[in-house]
Amino acid sequence: MTQERTVLTGKHFMQGDIACAEGAIAAGCRFFAGYPITPATEIAERMARRLPEVDGVYVQMEDELGSMAAVIGASYAGVKSMTATSGPGFSLMQENIGLAVMTETPCVVVNIMRGGPSTGQPTKPGQQDVMQARWGSHGDYEIIALAPSSVQEMFDLTIEAFNLSEIYRVPVFVLADEIVGHMWERVTIPSENAIKRVNRKRPRTLPEKYVPFLPDRDLVPPMASFGEGYRFYATGLTHDETGHPRTDTAKAQQELVQRLCDKIRKNREKIVRVSANMLEDAEVMVVAYGTTSRSAMSAVREAREKGFKAGLLRLITLWPFPDKEIAELAKRVRAIVVPEMNCGQIVREVERAAKETSVIFMPKLGEEPHRPVEILDAIQRGSYK
Amino acid sequence: MSEDSHPFERFLRDGMMPHIWCEGCGNGIILNCFVRALKDIEIDVNKVVVVSGIGCIGRLSGYTNTDSYHTTHGRAIAFATGAKLANPELKTVVISGDGDLFAIGGNHFIHAARRNVDIQVICANNFNYGMTGGQYGPTTPLKAWTTTTPYGNIEHPFNLVHLAAASGAVYVARWTTLHVRRLTESIKKVLQKEGFSFIEVITPCPEIYGRRNKMATGIEMMNWFKTAAEIRNASDPAEAEISPEKIVVGEFIDAEKPTYDHLLREMMKQVQERIRGEK
Repeated sequence: MTQERTVLTGKHFMQGDIACAEGAIAAGCRFFAGYPITPATEIAERMARRLPEVDGVYVQMEDELGSMAAVIGASYAGVKSMTATSGPGFSLMQENIGLAVMTETPCVVVNIMRGGPSTGQPTKPGQQDVMQARWGSHGDYEIIALAPSSVQEMFDLTIEAFNLSEIYRVPVFVLADEIVGHMWERVTIPSENAIKRVNRKRPRTLPEKYVPFLPDRDLVPPMASFGEGYRFYATGLTHDETGHPRTDTAKAQQELVQRLCDKIRKNREKIVRVSANMLEDAEVMVVAYGTTSRSAMSAVREAREKGFKAGLLRLITLWPFPDKEIAELAKRVRAIVVPEMNCGQIVREVERAAKETSVIFMPKLGEEPHRPVEILDAIQRGSYK
Repeated sequence: MSEDSHPFERFLRDGMMPHIWCEGCGNGIILNCFVRALKDIEIDVNKVVVVSGIGCIGRLSGYTNTDSYHTTHGRAIAFATGAKLANPELKTVVISGDGDLFAIGGNHFIHAARRNVDIQVICANNFNYGMTGGQYGPTTPLKAWTTTTPYGNIEHPFNLVHLAAASGAVYVARWTTLHVRRLTESIKKVLQKEGFSFIEVITPCPEIYGRRNKMATGIEMMNWFKTAAEIRNASDPAEAEISPEKIVVGEFIDAEKPTYDHLLREMMKQVQERIRGEK
């Protein structure tokens, strides 16, 4: 396929969902399986149109259970793969997200968050799935989740999501709220060769010597694809390095599950990204992500104009949680303000990291994001703590 | 090959033996017929992917020395759809049970059949959920005794071959584990056929199902298959009954229809040609 169709280099006025699809294609995604759902449908529609152009496969599955299973199958066949959904679909995907974790499958799951629980408010924004993203499937595991706050980041962070999933062999979530998904903004798409793409580590041994789940020192095993002659077996059961089920020994469970957690935990410094704004001398720190961080940025600027020393820590990585970064900054501020479009999710993590520092939580439910004035008010309250 | 090695050794993953199946279980026969078919047609085994779901037969994917994947319960067909569409060179075979494929996974089955994805599905039908200790499922006959039908089953079972045919499968057959030659021939046929193919294999589960239904041994269950089985090739699958008196087996459908895979590649080719034409 011609390169100009692969990466739409240039400046565009683009929707967040569409930028996400373009980011995926630029990252090398060539398989999408999904099920229509508001407000993520535009990603599927874009992929249905674009993937055939770049020799990629779009398949609309019968539900989100099947979508996630198909994404794993495609990844095992050696193709970078993704799906996109919203809360109700994300709930159905949790089953096979666990399977993807257990069989160390590189893949990307986009959740354009709407209002829940259940069918909730399909066309309205929410940030109510951030804990589900962390803990939604059963058992112990670590996951990576990124939170774009602009259309540009829908493009950039989708590429990053693919790269991280390939490096760590783990599903990576792009957790965007409906506003970011449906917003139209200017996007700059770089040239083909300016895009950083990472591919999974490949086996360095002959097929007969290949041990499919034997990790390297970074705790990540190299990955063969189906059809290459490695003839390996993968299972959702607890398994040893050979991939063979080991359902009756504590050792197997401890080794595998601990490694699945440690491959993320021990590499957290390489994964975690935050954006610090005006925090050098800040007395009040706002911690926010997604659309909420944009209101927060306005509030912080306004607070500075009024003479309040406010700053913003924008979370780009939600999982693994930037707790060390927050703990360090928490020592230097009087108060932390956490606005979220939910009844209190990431604020719990902030409180855990902040320890003694006072945390002011600003919940928001419904169709509007926080108004800057609401956050400004909390900053002012925090300044007198 | 040494004298004490198994004739199908190179098709089996020896580190996984012994298998988990009970005495009298028919799953070993299905595995045997499958690897015999692989050997007989001299398929490139490196391109074969065996996918299974959860249940006794779900362990089969671990026993074949192919690329293989053991999915979550019910999702084998959806996983195989992804693998097959991502790499059309693969031969994706789903081997799983009746509960896995038709209760929790029923939606994936009918839609993969409707799309005519090039996947070959072999279903071991043992009339119950064996691995969890013998609960009734979507194929349990009316009035049968299981641990969750302590007063007899009051649910009507699926006729799997009728369901497969109605959903659009291009190949539909039913055999019992007594019909090893015919079953092997059917497997050979579908391995060389394109499109969504379905083979139901009625298999004895004496330990978990049979002993609660007056067939306590594998032999007793096989005797039922022997006396009741009636081969009716090309007959209407809607009429293919399974009862104490009669088990209708045979090859019901062997048709041709464009596969999803073929239509997909054609569409992709056209899109790409159009783009080149625009330049």
